[in-house]
Amino acid sequence: MAELKNRTGSRRSFVKTAGRLIIAAPVLTLPVILARKTDSKGYVWQIDPYKCTSCEQCRTACVMTPSAVKCTNAFPMCGYCDFCPGFLRQGAKTYNTAAENQLCPTGAIVRKFVEEPYFEYTIDEKLCDGCSKCVKACANFGNGSLYLQIMHNLCVNCNQCRIARICPSDAIIRVPATTPYLQKELKSTIS
Amino acid sequence: MKKIKKYLPYLVLAILFIWHSVLYAQQQRFPRPEFEGGYTFPTHQFLNQRGPMWEYMDVAVLIGALLITAWIALVKRSRQGIIWVSLFSLAYFGFYRQGCICAIGSVQNMSLALFNGSYAIPLSALLFFTIPLIFALLFGRVFCAGVCPLGAIQELTGFRQVKMPRSVEKVLAVIPFVYLGLAVLFAATESQFLICRYDPFVGIFRIDAPYTMVIFGSLLLVVGIFVNRPYCRYLCPYGVLQNIFSRFSLKHVTISPAECRKCRLCEPGCPYDAILQSDHEPGSGTLEKPLKGSLRYFIMIPVLAAGFAVILFNFAPALSGVNVNVKLAREIRAEKDEGISAVSKAAVAFFESGKTEDALFQEEQQIIGRFRKGAPWVGVFLGLSLGIGFFRITLRKIRTDYEPDRGRCYSCARCFKFCPVKIKK
Repeated sequence: MAELKNRTGSRRSFVKTAGRLIIAAPVLTLPVILARKTDSKGYVWQIDPYKCTSCEQCRTACVMTPSAVKCTNAFPMCGYCDFCPGFLRQGAKTYNTAAENQLCPTGAIVRKFVEEPYFEYTIDEKLCDGCSKCVKACANFGNGSLYLQIMHNLCVNCNQCRIARICPSDAIIRVPATTPYLQKELKSTIS
Repeated sequence: MKKIKKYLPYLVLAILFIWHSVLYAQQQRFPRPEFEGGYTFPTHQFLNQRGPMWEYMDVAVLIGALLITAWIALVKRSRQGIIWVSLFSLAYFGFYRQGCICAIGSVQNMSLALFNGSYAIPLSALLFFTIPLIFALLFGRVFCAGVCPLGAIQELTGFRQVKMPRSVEKVLAVIPFVYLGLAVLFAATESQFLICRYDPFVGIFRIDAPYTMVIFGSLLLVVGIFVNRPYCRYLCPYGVLQNIFSRFSLKHVTISPAECRKCRLCEPGCPYDAILQSDHEPGSGTLEKPLKGSLRYFIMIPVLAAGFAVILFNFAPALSGVNVNVKLAREIRAEKDEGISAVSKAAVAFFESGKTEDALFQEEQQIIGRFRKGAPWVGVFLGLSLGIGFFRITLRKIRTDYEPDRGRCYSCARCFKFCPVKIKK
């Protein structure tokens, strides 16, 4: 009996060692195979402003509340209009900063007088929730200088961006982490 | 004729310029103002994410926590120590890092990187996948014991122990295998990150999630008070890998610090039903007898694998419905058949984008093709695991001591206090 036990014992230990080697092999080789494909800097998610259709889903789809998507203004593109379609609600009686005249539901757009007749519009990112109402208005009636970007100090860089999954225009793409923003720029002057 | 040819490039260039300026004019409705008062454009500060240094910090913390857990479980044999490490892991990986990056989700990154040429896996994800498995091969499931934040939150809230009937336990233990198979398949076909999407505790870590996930997570925690670690036992896909690897571990926690006295005191000590009882009369069962039955089950293994492969192959089109593009294609086809115009936002955007339906349908077929390629392998995996599981039941091992089931034991150190054998230090 002792001999039998010895035999089964050694057989079992052999199976154990063999199994250990078989199991260990892929664990040790997989990283070697994939090490060539690694990227220490990695990728982050960003909105391509030229594909974005400002469908308002960024506000609710992000895993963060409020959304990590914020509006920004490309100042070189901005017309500095007194009647800013992104700032003023359609049908506003007067062009001023009164709450009932503003388009932004959270009052995140700050209007500052520069000189006659120009006004500067900046976004208070703490208030902006990425609803893209102003982006749509600016694209439709203005210069299209307001656009959405994923702010990387807020974004948690999910494996699969939840907004990207439902974005109807596939505007959310992976970009290298070294250039994490896709900024709208004034197209180089032609004339 | 030659003259035209000579000027053709310039002509094209001129047309391009005109075309470009038309586009330009469309975009720039209002001219850029010419400020007189020396106004300068404000510069917007685009902030960056945490530097890559922090990711290496995470890896360092992971290795450190694994080493400490292994030391506490195997050498110190201290339940108190495991609780402290769990608390730290919950605080760091859970509430500070907000459940990202985690080893459970890294399975999908591995799958995506293996089966897709264009995706470069972040180094930290690769390390988070490999290092806990290497530790499982060395010391058993020490990662589950005190490093995994999902395990830690359940370990710390498991106050009462209710033993599940063994049959229920065995049936529910199938779910993680299916979950792992599907998660790998969906990630490989770039359809979904299933594990991340249905992570029950990430909402608790962030205190922010869809209400369904919050309810699911809290429900699991409430259940976990009585049936300890429900996610780990009945859902966790990474636990499957940990389970397999831990079976071949070099060292593993033992219930008794020295020689087992077969006193049966530890029998009720494990909430996870992971204590293997010793045969009371060693050597009474012959080895020949069970072999007859087990041979039949051994032959069953490849049959099951092939059967599941066929089933999954036929399920491939149904499974491909999780892919957004396939879903959109089916929606548009249904709308076309019924004569309804686009309803959902995705369909509206698709028609606005100017892509053709044929291109979309072609893409759909391509994705279904990828599912057909991948799904049988998931079937093989499921069949093999089920077959080997059945086969193992028929095997009779002669066990002289009470010992932890290396696959299912989380090295949580609860059973130590039940063992009367003590070593004086």
